[in-house]
Amino acid sequence: MSKNSDKQITSKQFMRQLWRYKRGSISRREFLGVTGLGMATAVMGAAIPSLLPQKSWASTDLGDRLVFSTWPNYWNQANLDEFTANTGVNIQVNAFGSNEEMLAKLQAGGTGWDVFVPTNYTISNYVELGLIQELDLSRIPNYDASANNPKFAGPATVNGKVYCVPKNWGTTGFIINSNKITSGPKSWKDFFEVTKGEGSGHTIVHDYQLTTIGAALCALGYSFNSIDPNELAEAEAVLIESKPHLFAITSDYQPGMRSGDAWMSICWNGDATQLHNDLPEMQYVIASDGGEIWTDFYAIPAEAPHLDAAYAFLNYMQDPAVQARDAEAHGYAPTDARAIALQPASLATDPILHPAEELMNGLEFGAAQTLTDPNRAELIARFKSA
Amino acid sequence: MAALLAPTTLWFLVMLIMPLIVILIFSFGERAAVGGYGGGFTFEQYANLPARLKAFQNTLTYAPLGTLLSLLVAYPLAYFLALKVDRRFKLVLLVLVIVPFWTSLLIRTYAWIYILGGRGIPTILEWIGIEGVRLINTPTAVLIGIVYGYLPLMVFPVYVSLEKLDKSLLEASNDLGGNSFKTFLQITLPLSMPGIATGCMLVFILLMGEFLIPAFLGGGKVFFIGNAMVDLFLQSRNWPFGSAVAATLVVIMLITVSIYMRLAMRNKTGADQSLM
Repeated sequence: MSKNSDKQITSKQFMRQLWRYKRGSISRREFLGVTGLGMATAVMGAAIPSLLPQKSWASTDLGDRLVFSTWPNYWNQANLDEFTANTGVNIQVNAFGSNEEMLAKLQAGGTGWDVFVPTNYTISNYVELGLIQELDLSRIPNYDASANNPKFAGPATVNGKVYCVPKNWGTTGFIINSNKITSGPKSWKDFFEVTKGEGSGHTIVHDYQLTTIGAALCALGYSFNSIDPNELAEAEAVLIESKPHLFAITSDYQPGMRSGDAWMSICWNGDATQLHNDLPEMQYVIASDGGEIWTDFYAIPAEAPHLDAAYAFLNYMQDPAVQARDAEAHGYAPTDARAIALQPASLATDPILHPAEELMNGLEFGAAQTLTDPNRAELIARFKSA
Repeated sequence: MAALLAPTTLWFLVMLIMPLIVILIFSFGERAAVGGYGGGFTFEQYANLPARLKAFQNTLTYAPLGTLLSLLVAYPLAYFLALKVDRRFKLVLLVLVIVPFWTSLLIRTYAWIYILGGRGIPTILEWIGIEGVRLINTPTAVLIGIVYGYLPLMVFPVYVSLEKLDKSLLEASNDLGGNSFKTFLQITLPLSMPGIATGCMLVFILLMGEFLIPAFLGGGKVFFIGNAMVDLFLQSRNWPFGSAVAATLVVIMLITVSIYMRLAMRNKTGADQSLM
């Protein structure tokens, strides 16, 4: 009984109850019901747009804007700020994880992009699909074709017309945390052995058909660019077999490597520079059994809404001093000899950025057919969902 | 009357029916050589569905599990907010539940990569002697991310139903000798069922299409059907197969949701007071 007397209504509670009834419980309840659901709806509304990967369409009708689509960690904000200060054009940057994703966006249309950064192997596809426009080089006086090695700048020209200007070049190999991986893997064959051995649970492969399938193909002794169904089937077996041993399938591998969770990852050499500079135990390896060499370019989509701003931006970004500053931020080597000359001498001889020619003998440029080959696309998707 | 209904009808037609028809048409087509939709009429895409079986299985496992966990975490919070907190602090606390939503889910989920990563919680656990804990890129990490991301969606409907609860019923139960556990089980819980049903529905439906949390916190290894669709549309550009997967997901959702509704409706209170 004492328990019940404890719960007897006090005068204060009684007054509160009375006050509540006076306010009219029905309208209050309805009010709460409405606001409660209103809240839930507002919450959903806030959540859903953020789930959409891109919002670039929003700026298509703004004249003081330039929409620039590129790769993560691949620009110097100081350059973009300087361009904005000089021209009044605000730059909206979109970062993408793969060429396939960029192509998907452009194919779907209405991107609102003014400038984007495709990799060598995609350009002929873009031209064929009419998704990029021929460049009027007279509007890019800062571009000096003679300062660019044709090996790197070559893919910009399709059927005798120039569609892009080069940005940076690099290689795709792998990075190891040498404190953890002690067997010294040298090839993609070693890479997948280590994945199943001392690196089990700590290896990352890219969420990217070109490099991940390419690595498996090289480990088997096939071409990085193979689209042969039998060779692809073997590569798939290699990947599926290694999947339980992987730490992650992601192209955003720096956080994992830096936190010490991952010990080995497929890696682009600029990221390798960034990682190695901060953590000397991070060692970049160009695989002895092959891999990728690549050039990234600046291109203008066929539907670019701010064409004048796009040309101004391309010209600005081709200025050798701007290129050197750009490279300072992301660590990749410029293709332009004038920009390399402006860089600290240590960079020009850096073994990660400018490896010895013989190390690069086995490397291949990505081939156009890998971008559109349905088997490669389905293989990587199957591997991920396995 | 017809004129008043026209905007609604139009909205449904343009925003719901037409996109669904497009998805259905695409799902019977073929992938164009360079990707996208290539026309045609074939059942090939549906025949290929078993290639994504694991993703369907994962979604159908983690969506109900995530919903249940969200409910288990959200209910005490909603209960506390609705029945225990002083009126003066109620609004502030409610707003605090929403505040995280002012930042993009993408950024908040990205932050969890570091919290759950090797330098985060596992390091703290090492300090107190628990070694070798691996959180990031595991199903546990994905479930933590789901509970974190969807918590407000569960808290608010439950909160609303608890707030509406007639407090005199609790007193009556008390007067009749019911202890607090019995009161909760026989009064509070049944009366909050509409809120629970609404919250679970909101969370479950959204979870069936979730792709961001598994991609970030599962390291691409815990793969949902949402991830499969993102891949099919944004990487492989296989719109027909992507559409077939999407159409199948819609059918699965319709089936599970209608079973769920029927179960929820069986509860008479639920039928009377459901917020849905």
